[in-house]
Amino acid sequence: MTASDPPVDRAVPRAVDAAWRIEWPQLVAVLTRLVGDMTLAEDLAQDAHVAALEQWPRDGVPANPGAWLTVTAKRRAIDRIRRDSTLARKLPLLEGEILSSLDAGSSDPAAAVDEEITDDLLRMLFTACHPALPRASQVALTLRMVGGLTTDEIARAYVTATPTIVRRISRAKKTIRDEHIPYEVPSGAELAERLDAVLEVVYLVFNEGYAATAGDDWMRIDLCTEALRLARVLSGLLPAEPEVAGLAALLELQASRLRARYDAAGRPVLLRDQDRTRWDRLLIRRGYAALARAHTLARDRGRPPGRYALQAAIAAAHAMAPTQPQTDWRRIAGLYAVLAARFPSPIVELNRAVAVAELHGPAAGLELVDAVVAGGAIDDYHLLHAVRGDLLLRLGRTAEAGRELERAARLTANTVEQALLLDRAARPGAR
Amino acid sequence: MRYLLLIRPDIDELPADWAPDARLEEEMGHLLEEMTKAGVLLDTAGLRPPEEGAVLRLAGGAVTVVDGPFTESKEMVGGYCLLQTRTRDEAVEWGTRFLRIHGPEWTMALELRELDGE
Repeated sequence: MTASDPPVDRAVPRAVDAAWRIEWPQLVAVLTRLVGDMTLAEDLAQDAHVAALEQWPRDGVPANPGAWLTVTAKRRAIDRIRRDSTLARKLPLLEGEILSSLDAGSSDPAAAVDEEITDDLLRMLFTACHPALPRASQVALTLRMVGGLTTDEIARAYVTATPTIVRRISRAKKTIRDEHIPYEVPSGAELAERLDAVLEVVYLVFNEGYAATAGDDWMRIDLCTEALRLARVLSGLLPAEPEVAGLAALLELQASRLRARYDAAGRPVLLRDQDRTRWDRLLIRRGYAALARAHTLARDRGRPPGRYALQAAIAAAHAMAPTQPQTDWRRIAGLYAVLAARFPSPIVELNRAVAVAELHGPAAGLELVDAVVAGGAIDDYHLLHAVRGDLLLRLGRTAEAGRELERAARLTANTVEQALLLDRAARPGAR
Repeated sequence: MRYLLLIRPDIDELPADWAPDARLEEEMGHLLEEMTKAGVLLDTAGLRPPEEGAVLRLAGGAVTVVDGPFTESKEMVGGYCLLQTRTRDEAVEWGTRFLRIHGPEWTMALELRELDGE
């Protein structure tokens, strides 16, 4: 310490904000279980925040800020019930419950609070991803209530107006109230199905960021970072679920390439042209570790690897290749074949075609792509035409290739990608 | 944003009869679990004592290697955490929590640095 160091209390408001951001999702998850309503829980959490802003600068930041905020919010809940007779009628047993939870926590508040947190965050997560809610609401509610993003941050990430997100979230909360959706973690056979929905929401958020469907950004990294964080949170909350580890592995590995996916001028760089020294070794290592965990967990349960673990294995095969020509396309094509057999979809089939083209040449790949085209299910998917155009180029069928690439360009709303496709259509010789 | 937290305990300040205690270990495990569940902790490890290590120096084009123990052992790095947080303040808050679980017998510094090239 030197004389020029700022006094400690100047740092307190920032510490309050940081602790607030860290603790908010847990705090609101615990309060929602107690008061049975997300909006009221948020209000109570806000009350606790105000109290912290008043008291911490005066008394110092408490040793366990999370426990402090929770206890304070619970006391505020009791104050409100005592003042507000409507609330008291609606929640007749609440005061007693809160008082006993405060009592139970009094010997070791930190330990008591911690046990609740994991369960309550999971309750929040499964409620936010409940099948009664439309997918866009599940996403917004998960980012808000579990990710702790503000509605402004969500709106920015999705290039939409804040009121749209606010409305979407309040409609979702209303549905939860009106349909009496229970605040609980599903069990038994329902758990697997509901967990799929949770994983899909996280995966969607990542993909939205990874290949932004609209706007001028090739990637919206914030969404990728948030999705990756949610996947890590999930891994911490459900450490024994193989597909949770599988999804975490997939996102760590995909994210490891984020920095290499665009050049200094902001133009997208395809996987085969990426500077592999820019791949993030730490994330690759974390991806491998999560993938190994996914395999072990699946094997222990006598299950085959799930869809995310299989995709992660494919991403890992790319990550393992020190240079593009050293890519083990046989392994990748094999993994896509397994994926296509277990989880058939035209998108998987299209990716398999790309791997087969690398392994056996463009003609073999084109055969598979044409089968997808004949299926007609993803005719409006720009990458179908981008891949077909690329394979035609490699076969020297330039006129057809140009038409396919132009069609692909018309089908994407991403302006950067559009420019890239038109450029390839105009200069068939360049690869 | 990613932050490297370098933990530098001042071992000379510890009482001579100090031994690792169960309470600290338990609270450390607890905190690391909390960091994991918050999706914040990317990597962490403790380091073997500095006397088992070495210091390599480059000066005037020549490299010298000095094995431990070192006379200047004050605040050598004892471990690290690699965190990913949304803001610098959040990383500072986690660092504060890390320091706070240590008892009054400890004197230590925690150096917080953002990783470049994010």
